Amino acid sequence: MAMLEVTGVRKNFGETEVLRQIDLSLASGEMLVIVGASGCGKSTLLRIVAGLENPSTGRIMLDGRDITSVDPAARDIAMVFQNYALYPHMTVFDNMAYGLRIRGLSRDDIAHRVREAAGLLGLFDFLGRKPRQLSGGQRQRVAMGRAIVREPKLFLFDEPLSNLDATLRVRTRAEIRRLQRRLGVTSLYVTHDQVEAMTLGDRLLVLHQGRPAQLATPMEVFEHPADTYVAGFIGAPAMNFLPARLTQNGGSARLDAGPLLHFIDGRRSGNEGTALTIGIRPEHVQLVPNGVPIRIDLIEPLGSETLVHGRLAAPGETSLVIRLAGKAPEGEILTIGFPAEHIHVFDAETGLRLN
Amino acid sequence: MERRTIFGHQLLPLALVAPQFLLTLIFFLWPACQAVWSSLTRQDPFGLHSQFAGFDNFVELFTDTLYVDSIGRTAFFMAAVSAVSMSLALFLAVFADREIRGRTIYRTLLIWPYAIAPAMAAVLWILLLQPRIGIIGVWLNRNGVAWDYHLNGGQAMLMIVLACAWKQVSYNFIFFLAGLQSVPRSVLEAARMDGARGWHRFRTITFPLLAPTTFFLLVVNLVYAAFDTFGTIQALTQGGPGKATETLVVKVYRDGVVNLDIGSSSAQSVILMLGVIGLTALQFRFLGRRPPG
Amino acid sequence: MNARRDPVAHAILLLGVILFVAPLWLVLVASTQDSATIARGDLSLLPGDGGFTAYARVLKGPVPRMLLISLGMALAIAIGKIVISVLSAFAIAFFKFPGRRVAFWLIFITLMLPVEVRIIPTYSVMSDLGLINTFTGLWLPLIASATATLLFRQVFIAIPDELVEAARMDGAGPLRFLWDIVLPVSGANIAALFVILFIYGWNQYLWPLLVATNPKLDTIVIGIVKMIAVETETDWSAVMATAVLALLPPVVVVVLMQRWFVAGLTEGEK
Repeated sequence: MAMLEVTGVRKNFGETEVLRQIDLSLASGEMLVIVGASGCGKSTLLRIVAGLENPSTGRIMLDGRDITSVDPAARDIAMVFQNYALYPHMTVFDNMAYGLRIRGLSRDDIAHRVREAAGLLGLFDFLGRKPRQLSGGQRQRVAMGRAIVREPKLFLFDEPLSNLDATLRVRTRAEIRRLQRRLGVTSLYVTHDQVEAMTLGDRLLVLHQGRPAQLATPMEVFEHPADTYVAGFIGAPAMNFLPARLTQNGGSARLDAGPLLHFIDGRRSGNEGTALTIGIRPEHVQLVPNGVPIRIDLIEPLGSETLVHGRLAAPGETSLVIRLAGKAPEGEILTIGFPAEHIHVFDAETGLRLN
Repeated sequence: MERRTIFGHQLLPLALVAPQFLLTLIFFLWPACQAVWSSLTRQDPFGLHSQFAGFDNFVELFTDTLYVDSIGRTAFFMAAVSAVSMSLALFLAVFADREIRGRTIYRTLLIWPYAIAPAMAAVLWILLLQPRIGIIGVWLNRNGVAWDYHLNGGQAMLMIVLACAWKQVSYNFIFFLAGLQSVPRSVLEAARMDGARGWHRFRTITFPLLAPTTFFLLVVNLVYAAFDTFGTIQALTQGGPGKATETLVVKVYRDGVVNLDIGSSSAQSVILMLGVIGLTALQFRFLGRRPPG
Repeated sequence: MNARRDPVAHAILLLGVILFVAPLWLVLVASTQDSATIARGDLSLLPGDGGFTAYARVLKGPVPRMLLISLGMALAIAIGKIVISVLSAFAIAFFKFPGRRVAFWLIFITLMLPVEVRIIPTYSVMSDLGLINTFTGLWLPLIASATATLLFRQVFIAIPDELVEAARMDGAGPLRFLWDIVLPVSGANIAALFVILFIYGWNQYLWPLLVATNPKLDTIVIGIVKMIAVETETDWSAVMATAVLALLPPVVVVVLMQRWFVAGLTEGEK
């Protein structure tokens, strides 16, 4: 049985529909990352699961118990806030002990649990300090410690890394993953950063304007994105999109820029001439001697690789980004090819993947 | 003096500061010095000569039971007004902080009394509690309670405490509301997630975080009760019956203006001055600021 | 969990509002009733038949003059104090000059001396200056205290250095800078302070009582207290009508400018 089940959740704020029909279920010990741009509704969804907001319709079940109208204080869920929300007037120890004291644990139990968590997070030396005496990274760990000691049924993470600087973010990201695996607590993690999503999640839920765009494992999302939004969101630099038309009985696509691309994984249904969007990632574009010519606009050397920004010839002068290993090639014109095994086919109007 | 000063002019700033400086000199420092000097002198019965009397005036005050009584009375009054006013204001602010409909209207209706003059508050309360014309006062008397604060000292004290506390609730309300709103919402949410409900959450999280506001208001309320209440008390009871509602500031007025005992009232003024300085210094020590109004 | 429907909060706030609006209601209502009825102890909770006759009665006497005096005093104090404080705060915040520290501390000391504490010596100073029983005497001593100066100093200090430097590079001298940049930027604070000082000035009791024995200089607040001091033969509805008139200007000012005023009060707490 799933640990967390969210069924039919919708949320309206007045006239605006912030969440449309969200359904998901998490297995025990699983970490689901909800990812999307700002304003897509991910934080709202998290807060609904936490109980800090009420859904307009829908049901939340935690470990078989319907918690949809239960007060957050009674849900047995712990949350790590974006700005940590530590109690400023309490020491680190008291911050972590607070929830346990409310639950009536004995002094010894509390001390034991807090010390254990402090050990896990390297907070031992800070137990007597107040939040204002800590650095950002330390505060973040206290926030996590506060959640861990509760030993809840569910962890909620609300963009916990966004206030950290880049190097700290990378390190803490790995720590969170290790910790979650070790403790085996079911977790829901919200972020706008697709790298975090890819590295942390057992599964991803990509939200686009309140709508679930895709719910799948990271590799599945990367290799078979469900629509152009997901395709463009995951992976950096973003996937290139080229306008094309369906042709040859659904067996090929004619790029507006000229060349013909054959599908090697089967025909697509649809009329001759249907507008398509062909997607290909910058790292999959190949330099090919007699390929399609592009004019180079800008070269960005990154050291171990190079990003080339260019433009296909007319019509439309579609722009393109290519990621090449090694140094930049000479010249103003390059010729490239699109390997058939790496192209993604989307319907130009709906954006949905066509198989 | 914490910024990198920008302009190098010398005369101009002196000219700009001059008006305030002059006024401060003439209407603060000079009178204060005079008060200190007068408190150290004694006048003859006709007010023609005055001679240096050292701390005699002060000694006389502190051995005068009437004065000592006045101190006790004022202390009680200050504590009562502050306690009543602040608790009521906090209570209302907590509910006005919630997200309910009509919140703004409630707030406006609770803030407007700030505009009332202390003396005017007296007029309003007369309509409620005056024994012969006040709605509640008349009702009490008609129903067997002998209510007349012109005759009963205890009732008079009750009356002025109520009237003075009532008037100050708005001010406290404004600050408590602002204080409540400055408690970060996410901290309260974290407390909720940790399992803290209602009253427990208020007691362990909200109230401690409100401490600076509370302390600041306490000092302001004490100073208010000691000084700004003059108008209300004067209008309601004139310090009576007898001396039942004669607080220190009312006594200064009576002794200095009505009875023309300069030496004694100056000494009283100096004592009050020291009290205010003490309180304000305390406040600055802990908070580092003081508001206008 | 958004508590949109919260009957407990509504009930409590309603009670609170009644507690604070009831006396005002009573005053309004009493001003429309018959004085004799009130004197008998039969004040009613509903508007009476007198209508606005009490107001007509009251406006024939000294009341309009008293209202004018109160208005003049309130405006003089508000404007006077703002002008003086802005100039002082500007000097202290933006210049380095000899005696700057001294000036700051001296002004600071005035915080600790409310007028009630220095009444008698201030009176004698006024007497020496020939300002007893004059209109100027009503407000001049009250504009000296430093609360506004400290507030403005804080506001001015918070103005980013870059802004000042940019103005300087553009060729602005200090006075120009004050007029073109500092004042507009502090507009909200000035508005808030105006409300606070206007109320303060309008509500003064002890000082005007002392400094002006000539009844022609009575403020409306003093006038009312005098009216109720005469317990026998009091024309209660007239007193209440006067009270309403005395309450109107400050209440209107507070309610209209509420947002600035609240912001200005609580800003000083930061």
